Amino acid sequence: MAEHIKHHDASNVVNPEHAEHHIVSPLEYTFVFAFLLLFTGITVGAAYVDLGWANPVIALGIASLKAVVVILFFMHVKYQSKLIKMTVGAGFFTFFVLIMMTMADYISRAWGTW
Amino acid sequence: MANTVATTHPEVAHHAHDEHVVLPQHRHHFETEEQQREAGSFGMWLFLLTEIMFFGGLFFAYLLYRNWYYPAFAVASNQLNVPEGAINTAVLISSGFCMALGVWAAEVKKKGFLVLMLVLTTFFGLVFLGIKADEYHEKYEKHHIPGASFSTAMFTHPADFGIKEEPIAPDMAEHTQLFFFLYFAMTGMHAFHMVLGIGILFWLTWRAHKGEFSEGYVAPIENFGLYWHFVDIVWLFLFPLLYLINRHPLH
Repeated sequence: MAEHIKHHDASNVVNPEHAEHHIVSPLEYTFVFAFLLLFTGITVGAAYVDLGWANPVIALGIASLKAVVVILFFMHVKYQSKLIKMTVGAGFFTFFVLIMMTMADYISRAWGTW
Repeated sequence: MANTVATTHPEVAHHAHDEHVVLPQHRHHFETEEQQREAGSFGMWLFLLTEIMFFGGLFFAYLLYRNWYYPAFAVASNQLNVPEGAINTAVLISSGFCMALGVWAAEVKKKGFLVLMLVLTTFFGLVFLGIKADEYHEKYEKHHIPGASFSTAMFTHPADFGIKEEPIAPDMAEHTQLFFFLYFAMTGMHAFHMVLGIGILFWLTWRAHKGEFSEGYVAPIENFGLYWHFVDIVWLFLFPLLYLINRHPLH
């Protein structure tokens, strides 16, 4: 690590964000692992309790939370440069737009009537 | 002349410009190691975004048909094996955890630990596929594989099978085939990604064993890690959508 910092260019050309390379520690990975297992248990447990409309909301909310934690820590996005963060964010945003546009099309026709 | 300049200005020789000769894997068209690393991650993420769009199409089809044929999707989903699905989720998370530790091992140049973690990642991946195969076999026994031998009997006459569900009309029951088609398409495509990943893992383990990733060259391990975690994320959504959210259908 010290090697990388030592060779940073003074004129700030090749690494304008000073994106120092970060190594995620095993302890951090262990916390994430425990978190993911815990929420897997919660989501299974919640599925067997009748909560009406809240059942799918909770299940998908927990899935999204777990996905965000995996992306931020296992996939190191939290420690990446702005370019990578923007790329990931733009990708999910584009996906969201595509889903919403397609959904708007189907929902504004004869939903479920054939 | 050039030599004279270099010797009278020794700091010139230590500029970032010269850094690319430090490691053999550092390509000459990158200014620095960080730049090369970031370009690699960027490219990997672009590939993963195309994968999101690809799986997204399947997820959307599921979302739409679930709304159209809700009663059929609810009863069909309740025939999936939740305990096996839950165990598989834990197995896959364990596999991802080992992969993440593998990336760490490569970063800190621990060759033995890296190889061990890659082997464990592969092992948990294979366990996942084994449990998945058992589930597929259960579907075969229940005649829940779409096609000529598909049977809607469990959905039109649930009491005959000891299932505490309201029977659904035969035409709606036929739509359970759509659920199972999507189930096999989505979990099958996910499993296919895992099979490819395990193939790559064998190759990476062999290279790691030869010491290729414990001298500062981490990119292949790191980028494969991104792929493997992405496959995990797909399952994190497949599990609740296919197995869990229909346990208590809205009446």
